[in-house]
Amino acid sequence: MAGTPLPESVELLDKLVAALKRRGVLVEEDIVRCQTQAERAQPETGARMVARAWLDPEFRALMLRDGTAAAEAFGVGMKGAPPLGVLEDTDRLHHLVVCTLCSCYPRAVIGYPPHWYKSAAYRARAVREPRAVLAEFGTVLPAGVQVRVVDSTADYRWMVLPTRPAGTEGWSEEQLAAIVTRDCLVGVTLPQAEKRQIAA
Amino acid sequence: MSHGVQDVAEARFAPGARVRVKPGRPERIAPMHLRTPHYVRGREGVVTRALGRFPNPEDLAFGRPGTPRILYHVEFAQPPVWGEGEAGDTVLIEIFEHWLEEA
Repeated sequence: MAGTPLPESVELLDKLVAALKRRGVLVEEDIVRCQTQAERAQPETGARMVARAWLDPEFRALMLRDGTAAAEAFGVGMKGAPPLGVLEDTDRLHHLVVCTLCSCYPRAVIGYPPHWYKSAAYRARAVREPRAVLAEFGTVLPAGVQVRVVDSTADYRWMVLPTRPAGTEGWSEEQLAAIVTRDCLVGVTLPQAEKRQIAA
Repeated sequence: MSHGVQDVAEARFAPGARVRVKPGRPERIAPMHLRTPHYVRGREGVVTRALGRFPNPEDLAFGRPGTPRILYHVEFAQPPVWGEGEAGDTVLIEIFEHWLEEA
């Protein structure tokens, strides 16, 4: 995470905000609303969406058809946010999300991206040698699974719906959500049944 | 001029259409903001679906009103793009219609 902002940065920001308010571009309520949305955006939201999709076929269908609506169903304010698309892993297909041009990331449902996601190394390598990158994250795909790298280049933001791991039969939504990490939601890792945090 | 995720009635390419990304490098002539990665320029891929109609970011970046353009998801076989990789692996990219031609 970033450290304490420099005093000159804070001063510059204060002046910018004051100028925007003076010109009627924004009011204090806009800032509070955006801050609240940004602070609420955590990987737990995406994880809960995935867990719900594993349990509820109707929600799964909605999530794949219209990720924005699915996020809104979880109380995420998507007004003004880029549309959310959800990509479904299968036992033959694995998705890996990258933004080679900048750092597009489904912030509304996962929060801020980790530093490695924005690094030149990840952005260059994920699209060129995805299996090597996955291996470095400890992710080895079963034989016969194709990798589909999703380069997030334009107006959408993309989240992965991983496959539900074996050994999670009978689990509650809360238990399932606990094994869906931030990294699972962009496809660099897979949910692991043995890593669950909550007793079954 | 409407735009949005549902607005794909005027899409030129249907799912399954073979397309080629235009090979141009217009950013060599003038400063531009392009959302079409270099590594697929001139490459052939398959449209998986039209995603919607969005203001052209090439205009928006320079403060001009963006003309709404159809945005597609286009899938490319991964090994031919890099000359390495595993057969069957793919890359899926958002590309605007004005960057695509029939292949």
